[in-house]
Amino acid sequence: MKLILAALLMGATPAMADWAETLSEARGQTVYWNAWGGDPRTNAFIEWVSGRTEAEFGVTVQQVKLTDTAEAVARVRAEKAAGQTEGGAVDLIWINGPNFLAMKTEGLLHGPFVAGLPNVAGLDLSEGAAATLDFTVPVEGMEAPWRLAKFVFAHDSARVADPPRSMAGFVDWAKAHPGRMTHPNPANFMGASFLKQALVELAPDRAALASPATDASFTAQTAPLWQWYDALRPHLWREGAAYPENESVQAQLLNDGEVDIAMFFDPAAPAALIGQGVLPETVRVFVPDMGTIGNISFVAIPFDAAHRAGAEVVANFLLSPEAQAQMQNIEVLGSYSVLDPARLDDAAQAAFAALPTAPALPRLEDLGATLPEPHPSWMTRLTGEWASRYTP
Amino acid sequence: MIWLRLLLAGGIAAPVLAGLALTLAMALHPEAAGYRVAGWQTALRLTLVTGVGATVLSVALSVPLSLWLLPKARARVWLAPFLAVPHATLALGLAFLVAPSGWLVRLVWPFDLPPAIVTVGDPWGVALILGLVLKEVPFLTLVTLAAAAQHPLEAHFAAGQSLGYTRRQIWRQVVWPILYPALRLPVFITLAFSLSVVDMALLLGPSHPPTLAVQILRLFTAADPDARFAGARLAMGLLLVTGAVAGLWWAAGAALAPLSRHRLRRGLRQARGPSGGALIGVSGLMLGGAALLVLALWSVARRWSFPAVLPEQMSFAGWQRIAWVEPVGETLLTGLAATAISLVLALLWLEVEDRSGARMRGGVLIVMLPLLLPQIAFLQGVAEGFVRLGLPAGRGAVIWAEVLFVFPYVMIALAGPWRAMDAQQIASAASLGAGPARRFWRVKLALMLRPLLTAAAVGFAVACAQFLAVLLPGAGRVQTLATEAVALASGADRRLAALYGLVLAALPLLAYALALCVPAWLHRDRRGMRGER
Repeated sequence: MKLILAALLMGATPAMADWAETLSEARGQTVYWNAWGGDPRTNAFIEWVSGRTEAEFGVTVQQVKLTDTAEAVARVRAEKAAGQTEGGAVDLIWINGPNFLAMKTEGLLHGPFVAGLPNVAGLDLSEGAAATLDFTVPVEGMEAPWRLAKFVFAHDSARVADPPRSMAGFVDWAKAHPGRMTHPNPANFMGASFLKQALVELAPDRAALASPATDASFTAQTAPLWQWYDALRPHLWREGAAYPENESVQAQLLNDGEVDIAMFFDPAAPAALIGQGVLPETVRVFVPDMGTIGNISFVAIPFDAAHRAGAEVVANFLLSPEAQAQMQNIEVLGSYSVLDPARLDDAAQAAFAALPTAPALPRLEDLGATLPEPHPSWMTRLTGEWASRYTP
Repeated sequence: MIWLRLLLAGGIAAPVLAGLALTLAMALHPEAAGYRVAGWQTALRLTLVTGVGATVLSVALSVPLSLWLLPKARARVWLAPFLAVPHATLALGLAFLVAPSGWLVRLVWPFDLPPAIVTVGDPWGVALILGLVLKEVPFLTLVTLAAAAQHPLEAHFAAGQSLGYTRRQIWRQVVWPILYPALRLPVFITLAFSLSVVDMALLLGPSHPPTLAVQILRLFTAADPDARFAGARLAMGLLLVTGAVAGLWWAAGAALAPLSRHRLRRGLRQARGPSGGALIGVSGLMLGGAALLVLALWSVARRWSFPAVLPEQMSFAGWQRIAWVEPVGETLLTGLAATAISLVLALLWLEVEDRSGARMRGGVLIVMLPLLLPQIAFLQGVAEGFVRLGLPAGRGAVIWAEVLFVFPYVMIALAGPWRAMDAQQIASAASLGAGPARRFWRVKLALMLRPLLTAAAVGFAVACAQFLAVLLPGAGRVQTLATEAVALASGADRRLAALYGLVLAALPLLAYALALCVPAWLHRDRRGMRGER
């Protein structure tokens, strides 16, 4: 009865009636959001989200802090293997790329649900738009976007005046500055991204990267990459015998003065880390002239999630101009919004315009072109091939 | 007695064996065969070098150290903090201490850029061995001293010295071999632990390739679904390696015994000299103390970059900012519950033994199983088994998993003092008409107050330090200080990681302090209950 009344009051399209039902089902739920827990600012943002969704929708968010997103994927997979179909431990996952592809193909996801979220109106979901593809894999409504990610390098401008302008240029730079640069282990997402960035620049036919890799295409497209890497590796930190575990550990190395270059998948990360005192004030972002790979981070809901309705409410809230502006605020998280400015009303646009700036925060136009991610099969093969070539 | 056996079999052995079986089933999956793990040979070599190296070194160092500490009851108190400080905390501090850009280098290095040397994460695993030794030597020393307390040492020393042997020689060649049977189990625990340690290897060990245990964790958590089958296969490999090394260790012990007897028969007298115990004790204390000190500095740093010896800006903001109430509460809740359950089980066991007059020998191996097997080989299976039993992932599952590791340590800590309890007192109580129940509640528990509290502190410290046993059965929903600290260690903010590491160490330290102070206060006017035995 309440539902019908709510539907009538709200103008009563079927989609809205569904959403009202979702809202009432979600009230009182606790959503277990499985998200990488290595970044305190993201953790704090998720706590803010919880406060807002609790006040507005009666939904609390409990972050499950992962050291690697694949832990959550493994958990859902184990639940499916154990024959569980509801009451799963994972309600919402911060996900993209290979993890999404794996969950989608193994039938581990709930959906499609994105079209049913009211705030989807602010997104550009036209054919081929950034929010419709995750590492070239069609999203098809199985995950909702929440933050923009783009590969960038960072250097300490007090020590390095001339960072390389291209991936190829890294070889000469490293020769001139032996031991002063490294990249995270490619077993980690960030290390793999470094190899992908180089692949996108060095591959003879970049279009081939959009389709799944085959033995032939992989050999042909990666040959220049390995040549480049063989030239680069002897000049890396510790002569390429060790690699930092992830980009955060590499950021520590930058602060410790052990290396001069770090890399992030978030253009605002260096400014944020400077603000926290983790990196020196002189750290600045730089990108290769041809641009860098980029993608959108998504949230997905497992097929057996115990609090599906609550998870949808949270995914919808994340797409609100309020949440996106809060997220883009450099004093909060500094992640760029996924909303299409053209689709926002004046109040929302003004909220974005009023956000504070910081010296290390790059302007959008300085970040260069956003290059599409290769198909996930390339990443799996790249990391496998790297491991077998360079593991002693 | 049969019900107790069933309880232990169902509560401790069954989950471990079921976990192993599930991992084995995964390892035999056809997909496992096709997956190639690059560098596993190097990883295997590394595992053997670090695991066996750390154990041999720890045993070797514990011999002179325990001799030095033998007459120093007060100095022994300094061992407790080392036992209490979790591996992750110590590793975190040690990593910053000895890194090329670390604190020790900053003290002496005059340049703006750190030296291009390799320390933490070195490809030979030296840093990892150092970290392990720093944790294991105090453990082995403490069990050596506990075992020594059961023997008439002064008689051995007096006899030996009258024949012209030095104390050092008597300790090494006569007393220690007598004690060794009691040390065998702790040594095997050290060996199994060192071969399969994850948190310390992540922070101090090489990464390319890492040790087998870290490689297995990487495979278990990889995006590629086939990788976990390869991980399970590798986990079974690690299990076999652990078994083989333990077997070799046993054989080596048997082979060395006649050699050592032969040496004894030759009767060579040694010149007096320093035993090295003092050097080992003091340098270990300084290294561990420095590791904690730099963590304390990091926890109040705002900016701290190379080559500054002290933070450039300090602030207590971190301490105010972090939300530690919840993880502290969760750590206390699960840790205390696991410790209480383990204590009750241990008391049941010992009292049942007392009443039946027979030792449950077969039970020991079952109970020690969780400590002798690589954690990573069965905990994923244990977590799956709990789900299949209908025990939802969460606090209950975590407490159960923690009991698997807490109970054996509680048993080790309690069994010795319990069996050495003054039988005269019990007999007096019985002759005064006290029945078994009354003897247990009024006499034994009172006599055992100090060992009971020590066992509880040991158990609580073990519970606090659990990482995989919280992460896997808790499905990530149970967040203790250990899981928070290790998650933050993979982040960029060393200040936060240091802060959690310190809080993580503070809880067990507090427990040890209580275990020390409460009996001292309660027994302040009972001299017989205070003195060292």
